[in-house]
Amino acid sequence: MIAQILADKCNNCAQCVSVCPTFVLDDGPQVPVIARLDACQTCYMCELYCDRQAIYVAPDQFAPEPGADPLPHLGVIWRDHGWDRPGEAGHLDEYRKLGPLLGEGAEIAARRYQAQRRGV
Amino acid sequence: MSIHLETDVLIIGGGMAAGWAAIAAAQAGARVVVADKGYMGTSGVTAMGGPNHWWVAPDPARREEAIARQSGKAQGLGDPEWMARILDLTWRYLPSLAPHYPFGSDGAGGTYYSGVRGSEYMRALRLAALNAGVTVLDHHPAIELLRDDEGRIAGARGHALRARLDWEIRSHATILATGGNAFRSGLIGSHTNTGDGQLMAAEAGVALSGMEFGPSWSISPAWASTRTLPYTGAVYYDADGRELDIPPSRAAGHAHNRALGHAMLAGPVLADLSHAPKALRPILRQIQPFTPAPFERRGIDLFRDRFPVKLFGEGTIRGTGGLDLTDAECRTSAPGLFAIGDAATRELVAGANSGGGAVNSAWALSSGRIAGTAAARESLARKGASAPVHGLGRIAIAPHHAERTIDVTAIHRAVDHEIHGYAHVFTRDEASYAASGERLEAIWSELSAHGRARGPALVSLRETAALVAGARWTIAAARGRKESRGLHQRADYPEATGPTQRQRVSGLDTICIHSQQAEFA
Ligand SMILES: Cc1cc2nc3c(=O)[nH]c(=O)nc-3n(C[C@H](O)[C@H](O)[C@H](O)COP(=O)(O)OP(=O)(O)OC[C@H]3O[C@@H](n4cnc5c(N)ncnc54)[C@H](O)[C@@H]3O)c2cc1C
Ligand code: SF4
Ligand code: SF4
Repeated sequence: MIAQILADKCNNCAQCVSVCPTFVLDDGPQVPVIARLDACQTCYMCELYCDRQAIYVAPDQFAPEPGADPLPHLGVIWRDHGWDRPGEAGHLDEYRKLGPLLGEGAEIAARRYQAQRRGV
Repeated sequence: MSIHLETDVLIIGGGMAAGWAAIAAAQAGARVVVADKGYMGTSGVTAMGGPNHWWVAPDPARREEAIARQSGKAQGLGDPEWMARILDLTWRYLPSLAPHYPFGSDGAGGTYYSGVRGSEYMRALRLAALNAGVTVLDHHPAIELLRDDEGRIAGARGHALRARLDWEIRSHATILATGGNAFRSGLIGSHTNTGDGQLMAAEAGVALSGMEFGPSWSISPAWASTRTLPYTGAVYYDADGRELDIPPSRAAGHAHNRALGHAMLAGPVLADLSHAPKALRPILRQIQPFTPAPFERRGIDLFRDRFPVKLFGEGTIRGTGGLDLTDAECRTSAPGLFAIGDAATRELVAGANSGGGAVNSAWALSSGRIAGTAAARESLARKGASAPVHGLGRIAIAPHHAERTIDVTAIHRAVDHEIHGYAHVFTRDEASYAASGERLEAIWSELSAHGRARGPALVSLRETAALVAGARWTIAAARGRKESRGLHQRADYPEATGPTQRQRVSGLDTICIHSQQAEFA
């Protein structure tokens, strides 16, 4: 669930208020207000769309975790999406490997399971 | 004060199906309004997923072979003509998103089209729709449909969450693109997918089909639903470190989920992903940039450390059920009303099995294109005509008896139990369906008699009603199909029995089942 909006980074552009799919945030005087935390689906979209890397979403989708240190994680999702380099081609060049990797994992599981059955 | 608008085509929902429909309708010359509960671009399961589209080059032999294979999976309930249609439209239209979506390389000097990353895909569809002149209304959940005096669906009413105003949009044609019903399982990206469109259409007399084909499940860390790419090679342990006997997911399907579900009843189940393909580790964060976060933020190395897992229900999203369609242009039985994507039945293309993995997104794109084009044509032919309208919503709007507070949390817990309770959902029989049906009917009666709300509270209470209605149709349809077929597995009827029947479920206060022999069997 969304845990923190860092006031020293946020410029109150309200982009996160707009893009949150479950309308968790309200406009606020200095920074947006986390108004409906129980509706947060822990989708990280507010983080992805924040140009200032001012938001930290904590990983538990069922309970708030207010205590965590957000600093090491700020902007990671944004950079991993390549949204820090919008002009650069090739963000999605590895995407074609998704299907084959799913299949490879399934084969690994099937081989292992069969070998074990034979062992019993 | 409230918001009043008029348009040719109103699209309710703002996921991928809505995006393709909006672009098609605008290209056909219609004025188009999209009203989404959340934000078109981030809400719905498309945005958080990475839909791989059914993708076969237009070579007659290859297409025929793909359709034959898919018909086999559909187990007598798929329509080859629909399959051919969605293969054709997907192939022709997906690449048209290139100005807005940075398609990657296919590794052989060409472009890879079929699989797209959800966040960029939905951002691209939003941009393409805006460029085509579509009006997008975010945080505008629809609450009920409107019908005019001629008996046509003539738009919808809803509430604008951010402006805190009710809205009414009059339209000549209306498309439901509200997605599937995830029954609030916590499935990634599905919080707004509560089956509202199915409820609204049922109030207009529309039936559903394929509702018995579900649920399917996705495995994830117990604290957060993620995509499932790293889990196909997983090994599972109990809390004492003993390896569990879990047949692999691809081959075993139902038996895999049943074994996991039963193990979870006994205690925590831990996953070990150290056997995942080596090539996945360095590129997981490029392919699925949301997947590592729930681990890294807990200091867990997902490919080394064991961690507790949970099964998240996928409801009708990777099930098959949805609004029944009456023609090849995605019309429902209510004049003026179309249904597309996961809001509609996928039985026509997925049959008795899940269309997740390729067919569902090809369906969402194609049904969107088809309905958008048809709705534009129909609405432009009717321009000017505007009869008085009335709202069709009753549940939570006009209760039969005095208003009373409804314990929404208890209802959500009850729906969760009936649809996801590991103790009964993997070994269903007549008695278990009957018991679930009775408990859900009691909840529905209470809601129907006393539920009433306004403004944002009405949006929530209608979601609750849609969850209960969806659960009741699911249970009634599953109880009605006295056999096992595809995703529908019963302990008391473990085999498929011919001839292949297509089944529709309808009604709200009273639920009816109609069966008829499938034409494509
Ligand atoms: C994890 C995951 C992975 C998947 N992977 C694949 C895959 O690889 N291949 C494949 O073919 N399929 C896949 N699927 C299925 C595929 O994603 C869906 O079939 C497709 O995204 C459906 O699009 P949609 O537009 O119908 O629904 P959604 O994208 O869910 O959109 C529905 C929209 O309706 C809105 N809405 C709901 N109620 C209202 C209301 N009352 N008023 C206004 N708006 C409302 C919601 O906010 C949402 O924006 C996957 C699904 C999941 C969950
Ligand atoms: S998007 Fe970022 S900068 Fe803008 S208001 Fe939200 S937190 Fe602040
Ligand atoms: S994590 Fe998702 S649901 Fe939660 S506040 Fe951010 S955008 Fe909204």
